[in-house]
Amino acid sequence: MTIDRTSVHAALAGVTRVYPARAGQQPVHALGPLDLELRHGEFFSVVGPSGCGKSTLLDVLSGLAPPSDGQASFEGKALGDNVPDGIGVVFQEDASFPWLTVGDNVAFGLRRRGTDPAEIRRRVDYALGFMGLLAFAQAYPAQLSGGMRQRVCIARTLVMQPRLILLDEPFGALDQQTRLLMGDELLRLWRETGATVMLITHALDEANLLSDRIGVMSARPGRFIAIVETGWSRDRDSTLAEDPRFGAVSSRLWSYLRPESLRALGQQVPAAAQSADPLMSAAQ
Amino acid sequence: MSGAGWIRLVVVAIMVGGLEAACRLGALPATAIIAPSEMLRAMVEALTSGEIATDIRLTFTAVAIAASLAVAGGFVLGFLIHLSPRLRAALDPLLAAYYAIPHVAFYPLLIVVFGLGIGPLIVLATAFGIVAMIIATLTGLDRVPRVLMRTARVHRLSPLQEMVLVRLPAAMPHLLSGVKLALSYAFIGVIAGEFILSTAGVGHAIAYAYDNFDNRRMYGLIVFVIGFMVVVNTMVLLWERRLAQRRGAR
Amino acid sequence: MTIAARGRDSILVLIAILAVWQAINLVGGDNLMTSPLATVQHAIDMMGQARFWPHLRETITAYLAALAIAVLGGVGFGVLLGAHRLTGDVAEPIFVALYSIPKVTLYPVILLAFGLGIQAKIAFGALHGIIPIVIFSLNAVRQINRTWLRTARTMSLTPLQTVRHVIIPATVPEIFSGLRVGAALTLLGTMLGELFASQRGLGFLLMTAIDLHDVKTIMAIALLITLFSVAMNTVMLTLDRRLHARF
Repeated sequence: MTIDRTSVHAALAGVTRVYPARAGQQPVHALGPLDLELRHGEFFSVVGPSGCGKSTLLDVLSGLAPPSDGQASFEGKALGDNVPDGIGVVFQEDASFPWLTVGDNVAFGLRRRGTDPAEIRRRVDYALGFMGLLAFAQAYPAQLSGGMRQRVCIARTLVMQPRLILLDEPFGALDQQTRLLMGDELLRLWRETGATVMLITHALDEANLLSDRIGVMSARPGRFIAIVETGWSRDRDSTLAEDPRFGAVSSRLWSYLRPESLRALGQQVPAAAQSADPLMSAAQ
Repeated sequence: MSGAGWIRLVVVAIMVGGLEAACRLGALPATAIIAPSEMLRAMVEALTSGEIATDIRLTFTAVAIAASLAVAGGFVLGFLIHLSPRLRAALDPLLAAYYAIPHVAFYPLLIVVFGLGIGPLIVLATAFGIVAMIIATLTGLDRVPRVLMRTARVHRLSPLQEMVLVRLPAAMPHLLSGVKLALSYAFIGVIAGEFILSTAGVGHAIAYAYDNFDNRRMYGLIVFVIGFMVVVNTMVLLWERRLAQRRGAR
Repeated sequence: MTIAARGRDSILVLIAILAVWQAINLVGGDNLMTSPLATVQHAIDMMGQARFWPHLRETITAYLAALAIAVLGGVGFGVLLGAHRLTGDVAEPIFVALYSIPKVTLYPVILLAFGLGIQAKIAFGALHGIIPIVIFSLNAVRQINRTWLRTARTMSLTPLQTVRHVIIPATVPEIFSGLRVGAALTLLGTMLGELFASQRGLGFLLMTAIDLHDVKTIMAIALLITLFSVAMNTVMLTLDRRLHARF
């Protein structure tokens, strides 16, 4: 199948997300209004200061949460409060089911769909093999390291053959070296499946290394302040970090992000605490 | 067994051995306590004589019925309460205060209402155990990690599938500890009820032996009851530990 | 949901309980259960009678003495056992096992050791209460955040300063939770002691009321004990939650 790599695969138009007020509190305006067009088969990353609504963006784009305002669509159909077929999500937290073996975890979605058992076995074996988990098919997630459990979750998504894969800081809890290696595997998966990938991350280098395009978000309520095109070749991997252009892209990302991160930090420090701190007031 | 486990065994052995020696040497009055070896022998005698077979049957029947009612009822009630956050919030103070109330204060009322016999014992033991199961069910269902529920949504599970395939297995460790508590509370409830207000059962047999200065029989039965509970608890604990190893501490 | 709405719902639950109670009285009559109002009335009447007070005093004395032993002994034992890693590992399962056995079977042993007076009730109440307090205190000390202790060492605190400024503030919430559970179980143990082979106290009044089929008195005493235990638990639970909220 040939796909037009410039056509729109999923889109947000004027999307906002406001969380209703809790008792005695103001409603939280978490996101937008923002626009985004994900192209068929691209690797798109989202970076932004903490609390800017990155995860909310993923919720809206996956159909886990409806937009408060605006339109979200996937393959031309509007997204609401349901995850449509063809979208796979990998979360930051360990989402493997601890009561199922690795093999059963990966087969979970296919079994719900009523796929033929032989076909399930074939696809599960392929996904396990692809993620280097074949030897652990009978193990329980608790017997694996955090990185391996995240592989289980990725394999569980992969086996469903999603056309759009959304990843919410999937390597956030892993150490730097494991992250780099997992990034390489993610690239391999992206090339192999031809799926569109949107990765949410707080690591600028990670976004830089993996992506075709990177969206930089503002402090809350998050919107895109810049979209950076990297121009890397499709068969890249983590050795790309040696390329002199790599550092330039990271620097550019940080120049956009730094003022937003400072703003986000300021939002978290209560005003009273700021003035009460003698060091802070002396500096002012 | 771990190093601490061996030391624990030795500590318990020394305590039992010390008691044995103190009794044998006459340091403790025979009217108050008998040697552990005598207790064991008395237990075997009591069990093999057949004299307390009826009592044992009665006690275990009551425990089995009460524990089943407490577990099944507690699970269903806990589940229903979980479905309504408002009901749950309203019942919260009641659940929090429940085990602070000394349930024994209600024994006399139960006798007056239900008369002597197995009825009040079962009511008492069920009432004592059921709330532990309700609380465990609520805790288990509350603590299903949010990410697992989101995973269920990504897989487009129906509410029923979500419950059976995700929520219940995720809550299972809490449910099991609820079962353990409900069982142990039902046992305590039945024995305590028999001890104070019944005319039959193992608890009553202990009280009866005490009233008749039959220390041998009394200690034999005490060792039986406590030994039984320790064995059951240890078995459940080992099973739980195996499960925890498989699922990890999360 | 606001706190006011929550309180209103809880009051509705209370009203429902009273309604069921009243309904049982209407269906079954005074020989089954006295009505809520009549029970409260009788409880107030009893409080006004001179012969009631020695019994109440006996129960309260036994309870407070048992509680004092359970608290002092439990916290002391628990902290000592928890301070040393191996002793904690050795002791904890023993106390957990003691926690789940039917201690009522041990009451005859207590009676043989302490005789038929108030001492036996005190000992039995303390036996019930001390076990959870030991377990909670032991774990509070055992599970103290090691980084805090290392921080204390980097600031060269003396052992006394470490106890005063790190260990006590870090363990108090957990120990207090133990005290709350222990206080409830001490009351349970004391009441159990009074119901069996006792000659004074509220439990004794309950047992004599059974023989007289005096439902009114049984219910009035059960009500008093329930109100006392619920009030005590509410106060302690509020404090407990406030202590834990900081962590």
